[in-house]
Amino acid sequence: MATIAADQKTGPARLGDRVFSATALAAGIAILLALAGVFIFLAIEGVPGLAKPAEFYGEASNFWGYVAPLLFGTVLAAVIALIVAVPLAWGIALVVSHYAPRSIATPIAYVIDLLAAVPSVVFGLWGISVLARHLQPGYVWLDENMGWLPFFAGPASGTGRTILTAGLVLAIMILPIITAISREVFSQTPRLHEEAALALGATRWEMIRMAVFPYARSGMVSAVMLGLGRALGETMAVAMVLSAGGGISLNLISSSNPASIASNIASNYKEGTPGKIQVLIATGLVLFLVTFLVNFAARWIVTRNERKLAR
Amino acid sequence: MAKSITVGDLDIYYGDFLAVQGVNMTIKARSVTAFIGPSGCGKSTFLRSLNRMHEVIPGARVEGKVMVDGQSLYDSAVDPVAVRRQIGMVFQRPNPFPTMSIYENVLAGNRLNSKRMKKAEADDIVERSLKGANLWNEVKDRLNKPGMGLSGGQQQRLCIARAIAVEPQVLLMDEPCSALDPISTSAIEDLIHELKSDYTIVIVTHNMQQAARVSDETGFFNLKAAGQPGQLVEFNSTQKMFANPDNEATEAYISGRFG
Repeated sequence: MATIAADQKTGPARLGDRVFSATALAAGIAILLALAGVFIFLAIEGVPGLAKPAEFYGEASNFWGYVAPLLFGTVLAAVIALIVAVPLAWGIALVVSHYAPRSIATPIAYVIDLLAAVPSVVFGLWGISVLARHLQPGYVWLDENMGWLPFFAGPASGTGRTILTAGLVLAIMILPIITAISREVFSQTPRLHEEAALALGATRWEMIRMAVFPYARSGMVSAVMLGLGRALGETMAVAMVLSAGGGISLNLISSSNPASIASNIASNYKEGTPGKIQVLIATGLVLFLVTFLVNFAARWIVTRNERKLAR
Repeated sequence: MAKSITVGDLDIYYGDFLAVQGVNMTIKARSVTAFIGPSGCGKSTFLRSLNRMHEVIPGARVEGKVMVDGQSLYDSAVDPVAVRRQIGMVFQRPNPFPTMSIYENVLAGNRLNSKRMKKAEADDIVERSLKGANLWNEVKDRLNKPGMGLSGGQQQRLCIARAIAVEPQVLLMDEPCSALDPISTSAIEDLIHELKSDYTIVIVTHNMQQAARVSDETGFFNLKAAGQPGQLVEFNSTQKMFANPDNEATEAYISGRFG
């Protein structure tokens, strides 16, 4: 026994183990360092921006009045994107993993992955010149027929470059990542569980609800979180599509839209004075913290569900 | 509620590959029928064709007749989902739903059949099914704990409880004890004896002693030759199969001399 243990400690095979574990550890630490570095940069550069004289904040009188509409615009556009993209992405993922025959599923999956390769500037151009123009008559219609809803109170934007258009462009942009990850977790559902449901006389949809969704739940949440992260942080497409100006409003189709934090930074950074830039970095810090909080909240919800099951 | 099954000239394909050829047999109601034979000879494939579970694999199909009490299972008007609600199945490895409690696992099939159930009715089904699967006394105090927390043998009995909760006409078992220890195996064999009075049971097993212990009739499957489709070599009463089989190949397999 003792000699075997000694052999295991000193054997030459251990070298590979050591190299691998050191590499893996270094990679893990590098991620943490990068994250910490970003945070430290944002904190050092941004904190002075929190308390500047009022003229730095435009119409608002202090930082919080300045960042609130931006934060609202960021979250609103991201929420619109999620509402549109998540059901669509899960649906596509299910078609690819469980419904379509392989000959159709593979090309669909491939095309969706290709969407992820389109640069966001291209999405922005398309959003302005095609999507906004074609949606504009729709906004007029929504204003006339559903104007009693606060979302469609109008007056409808003349260009169609509204927060709703921006949200829809974002939805298309986050679709591939949510689809790809959901597809992967759906297709990893153990065959044993699927057959258990089918053998009880479940239809395919019932089988998906009994076996696939419960198994895939945490992966589905991760997919949504990654999509949300991209939607919150997306800069170029929003900066191009959205005609920004105006404060907090749930009105999705008018021409007064709050910008998002990221697009606001992109639009103003070049012309910024040092003081103005500190303010912009401070808004970046707020975005960073919000994204962090959202992710933690989602993780907490998932693990809480799992704990509930384990009890 | 138990029904007999008549199989006539059944060929089972995976795409173009003929896996099992020309099976004829009659499985009696309220009896245990065992299938034995070497791995890969088509026993499980044949078993899965009895509740149309083999269709789950893309490209799988059958030619021939399977009649359950005179009704054709493969009639174009018959919905495979409806078939599986009448013919339950227990798998080789226990597969309770991991996110469901013991209670919900038992009711999983009933929830599919009728969306709404009174609490008292549901409690009744759970108790009856778990008692039927000889599991009630072990789990009655923790029905809301997850099914995955049970031991392997208990999980398999939970799966049996889940299968009998919907009161099927036939219960198919695909090597139900192959992942279990001898004590759990013995518990399941006792259970099969008890279930026989209410259900038609068909069991695939690699354990010859098990076939001899639990079954009334036995079918021996084998490949015609290497690379050829599987076939039913002999189908007889278990007593005759193990004492004095008609076919030499059966005797060779049962006595441990193969080929």
